[in-house]
Amino acid sequence: MTSKSIGLVETKYFTFAESGSEFKLESGRTLGPITLAYETYGQLNADKSNAILVMHAFSGDAHAAGLHAGDKHSGWWDFMIGPGRGLDTEKYFMICVNVIGGCKGSTGPSSINPETGKPYGIDFPLITIGDMVRTQKHLIDHLGIKKLYGVIGGSMGGMLALQWVASFPQSVECVIPIATTLKHSPQQIAFNEVGRQAIMADLAWNGGNYYGGPAPEKGLAVARMLGHITFMSNESMEKKFSRRLKDDNSGFNFSADFEVEGYLQYRGMSFTKRFDANTYLYITKAMDYFDLSDGKWIPKEELPGVRFLVIAFKSDWLYPSAQSQEMVKQLTMRHIDATYCESDSTYGHDTFLIESEAGKQSHLIKHFLAKRK
Amino acid sequence: MTQLIKRVDHKIIYDLIDDGSKVLDLGCGTGDLLDLLVKGKGVKGQGVELNNDAIHVCVEKGLSVFHSDIDSGLPYYPDQSFDYVILNQSLQEVKKIDTVIAEALRVGKKAIIGFPNFAHLHDRLQLCFGGRAPVSSSLPYEWHSTPNLRFLSIKDFRNYCARKSYKVLAAQYLDDQGPVRVLPNLFAQLAIFVITK
Repeated sequence: MTSKSIGLVETKYFTFAESGSEFKLESGRTLGPITLAYETYGQLNADKSNAILVMHAFSGDAHAAGLHAGDKHSGWWDFMIGPGRGLDTEKYFMICVNVIGGCKGSTGPSSINPETGKPYGIDFPLITIGDMVRTQKHLIDHLGIKKLYGVIGGSMGGMLALQWVASFPQSVECVIPIATTLKHSPQQIAFNEVGRQAIMADLAWNGGNYYGGPAPEKGLAVARMLGHITFMSNESMEKKFSRRLKDDNSGFNFSADFEVEGYLQYRGMSFTKRFDANTYLYITKAMDYFDLSDGKWIPKEELPGVRFLVIAFKSDWLYPSAQSQEMVKQLTMRHIDATYCESDSTYGHDTFLIESEAGKQSHLIKHFLAKRK
Repeated sequence: MTQLIKRVDHKIIYDLIDDGSKVLDLGCGTGDLLDLLVKGKGVKGQGVELNNDAIHVCVEKGLSVFHSDIDSGLPYYPDQSFDYVILNQSLQEVKKIDTVIAEALRVGKKAIIGFPNFAHLHDRLQLCFGGRAPVSSSLPYEWHSTPNLRFLSIKDFRNYCARKSYKVLAAQYLDDQGPVRVLPNLFAQLAIFVITK
């Protein structure tokens, strides 16, 4: 990339829905107080019209770009966010929020339940993608932003972008769903269910009540290993691992002999250091429940100025491009301005997080955002 | 504006289209024509294009474009939702001609179809006396590298429209220099038809 990173950033916190004005969830239950962890990059302009909400995927967090003090690794979309980058901090004000149910600073199952003084565990109410968006709206209101110039995200972040249109059609202009869907297919639900079962089969899960003791690391690691397989493509795995053996393979004793096994084990275990098993259960459920496929998400009234850039990846078999095409079909049938681009990248679902693939995506996003009517 | 248009076929199509129309350009390439129409005529334009790099150029121009082939039809668009559907220099690359034209006239009130005339004098001479597949400015490819699947003449297209009961509302014929008025099937390199159901 030609441009420089945005440097040091800090996570901020916004708390609302305090006692007496709890947040009503779609399930009918209430939740409060709610804290949202968020970061912002760039400057909000005087009329607050240049804000873009960047939404993270399932296991992401609010730290999308820049560096935290003392940290070596930059945010998960650092190559996309910065001066001159696809999401240009010299033009736009980016906001990234950790979703509720999460474990990266926003209220979730590992947060303290004010009623008991202990972590919620599975007493945490079920949440939906709609709930996540409505809590984000609280933050956007708090920041004094009436209309978001853009909402963008990949995978679950894309579902959130679509849900923003459904929930607050008058509050968004540019919508960029990447590698996502209007609903999970049975195959997608099935993968999530295997992940959940792996966690719950781990004795350490203990009915979700493991805080302060050993966490269900093995179950969570297996869930993540499965996830990783679905994020890659056969071709990218062939390139990355082929059938190469690990240097320290000892042969025929069920240790990790192949590089792909070592990689998955490493990714699985390192995930357990940064992610909460109960959050895995809650957020995958929220994604499974998400369903805008009946077309009602596009409001009946006119949507002046709203336009879509839908991006899919040909090698993505977890969220196949047909799902993105269905989205575009619903939009064009309703005469809503939509551009659809299917990238021929070979990296599978995770393409949007791969820096070497950033050039083309940044180019599309940058020019799409620049087109003002 | 029309003075600034470099390609003669673009100029003809530009003049055919009313201000503020809704236009779908099938096989819009890098969006040059659509861009002219959006800027000069204020049309509400949408392109369909298969080539990835071309799509990026369209987005750079601020155009709305849908990444798809056109052979699989246009299920993404409601009936009669465009004033014009353009198939300029793309028809000859289409596999399912019947489907594509029928779909163009389902989603559009009129279709503007531009194609190279295979019965041009030069092409006839090359084939007849040179014994070689014609290569010319309107058919610039060698037989082994051409994307063209269809080789049709102006007469062929008129016959096709008659057989399908499509009405020809206008037809313009061109060579390198400009309009051709005499014996177009012999002297025109390009033809642009406006048809409707």
